[in-house]
Amino acid sequence: MATIWVVGELNGDGSLARVSTEAATLARTLATAAGAEAAGIVVAADPSSAATELATYVSRVVSITDPEAAGHVWASIAAERVAEVIGSDPGTTVLVGAGPDGRDVAGALSALTGLGVLVNAIGVTWADGGPAVEMSVFGGKLITTSGFTSKGGIITIRPNTVTAEVAGTIGRIEPAAPSGSLSLPKVAITEQVVEAGAAAPIEEARIIVSGGRGVGGAAGFELVASVAAALNGAVGATRAAVDAGWIPYAQQIGQTGKIVKPELYLALGISGAIQHKVGMQTAGTIVAVNRDPDAPIAEFADLVVVGDLFEVVPALLLALEARAG
Amino acid sequence: MHIVVLTKPVPDPAAAAERLGPDHRLDRAASPAVVNANDEYALEAALKLVEASGGEITLLTMAPAGGADTMRKALAMGATRGIQVTDPVLAGSDVRSTAAVLAAALGELTFDLVLAGADTSDGGGGVVPAGIAALLRLPYLSNAARIEPDAGSGRVKVRRITPTGYDVLEAPMPALIVCTQALGEPRYPSLKGIMAARSKEIAARALADLGSDPSGLGGAASTTTVLETRRPPARGATTVVRGTPGEGAAAIVNFLATRRII
Ligand SMILES: Cc1cc2nc3c(=O)[nH]c(=O)nc-3n(C[C@H](O)[C@H](O)[C@H](O)COP(=O)(O)OP(=O)(O)OC[C@H]3O[C@@H](n4cnc5c(N)ncnc54)[C@H](O)[C@@H]3O)c2cc1C
Repeated sequence: MATIWVVGELNGDGSLARVSTEAATLARTLATAAGAEAAGIVVAADPSSAATELATYVSRVVSITDPEAAGHVWASIAAERVAEVIGSDPGTTVLVGAGPDGRDVAGALSALTGLGVLVNAIGVTWADGGPAVEMSVFGGKLITTSGFTSKGGIITIRPNTVTAEVAGTIGRIEPAAPSGSLSLPKVAITEQVVEAGAAAPIEEARIIVSGGRGVGGAAGFELVASVAAALNGAVGATRAAVDAGWIPYAQQIGQTGKIVKPELYLALGISGAIQHKVGMQTAGTIVAVNRDPDAPIAEFADLVVVGDLFEVVPALLLALEARAG
Repeated sequence: MHIVVLTKPVPDPAAAAERLGPDHRLDRAASPAVVNANDEYALEAALKLVEASGGEITLLTMAPAGGADTMRKALAMGATRGIQVTDPVLAGSDVRSTAAVLAAALGELTFDLVLAGADTSDGGGGVVPAGIAALLRLPYLSNAARIEPDAGSGRVKVRRITPTGYDVLEAPMPALIVCTQALGEPRYPSLKGIMAARSKEIAARALADLGSDPSGLGGAASTTTVLETRRPPARGATTVVRGTPGEGAAAIVNFLATRRII
């Protein structure tokens, strides 16, 4: 039986990354449509926790304990081990997340196997014997559906493409040792630094409250963070706010930042420049608070409140509080 | 130190005129081309490194013949020279083929570092650099916020951004590094730089020059194909609310409640 593979990515604590739970759910849907098996691969110095979790989504998990993965960058080691497991059938389909780790795996795996890559999928179905991959291109202006000429390849999946759902049964875990020595150079991790108050990853957030130059400073971003907290959302930003040093680059949305697709995007003091727009215009609902009614964001937001954010936002916090009772 | 920076001409996102031609390939005539913005961060990082400790910067691109015009701007920022791989066979290249061609071009050079941008604005998925590194068996360091090469030890240290902070990575050179905007704002070309760029060398290479077998490369060998395209559903009309802050706040809460977001 053919296999639809999903590469399990790990969080810092060894648990399974959320994007992998979504990719695994998608792999299962595709496998059902294709009459194939959905299987996972986890590569780590200690894969047990991630493999156990991945097995709640797919019927088989190859769990590779690779001591080399301790103290070394994960992606190239993972790519090589995955290549050993999946073999060289050009009809093989492999799903991985579209974040930094997933991209690194996908690129190396393509070079090792000769499989093609389709990137940043926002949806995948099974059609004509292979995956049909939907991608949002040109800053959200066009949606393309692409396939592989060999009916198999590597697909990087955007967060929130599907809702993760565990399977009814728990899959079997096949512990394995790495089968050979590594041919790709290992890169040493000499230090791991956790920064205080590292924010929730914006790519995965259902609600994003974002601040721009209009927020005025780091203090203003505390106001943005309060709204995000009240809505259970994450904090995003424009490049102007990042360049000013008010918020870390990891929170930047746009052409040279992250592309997000939350259910709600609340833009505070953001003009909506094209380079910002391409990172957020596919959000389900866009609400903007801006004192300039002619700001470009008014052309594509669903709701624009014209006013000073330092007046509207405190009122909004009160209104949300009142509603929460 | 010799740094190779991978750059790509892309349709200018600010012009917002990108489109596919009837062959489902990028219609390059539809929009003005610019250097991919993320590649400019890589170039800026290279310029700072060379300013600090000497060396040269070679730009490497795989692009249609017109790509040299775009490369002039990157040369004006201060790169030493450019190499452009151009071959009619390469139109419509996929990830695998692009990585193979750039790896072959790098194979002709001696370098300490290759710097690449995080991804390209014309639909790139940020996977090509990892492919190149794997093909050339180069140490691969991505998501870089800081780059510190040490010529004495022949090693490079990189801060790699992680979801919770950063990791410090270390590898021997030559190595391939994927850069982010966190490395710093790209400079504008100076008038002197623009003048100097006019006479800088842009070497053209065809596949035959690289000794690459064209049969597995380019559009004809692409592993992927666009099946269909559609426009995303249009956004609805915009509701504009003016009034007191309290009215504005109430309008937001009602709007979110109506859409069942809260
Ligand atoms: C190559 C390149 C790449 C780029 N990449 C990105 C990217 O990834 N992400 C990104 O965001 N940008 C990016 N930019 C920058 C982009 O062009 C804009 O400059 C930026 O998005 C503007 O940020 P802003 O909306 O915060 O600031 P501004 O454009 O200055 O807008 C501020 C807005 O706040 C409003 N305002 C001010 N004070 C208040 C107040 N008290 N109450 C209410 N409203 C107020 C103003 O009316 C204005 O509309 C890029 C630019 C280039 C050239």
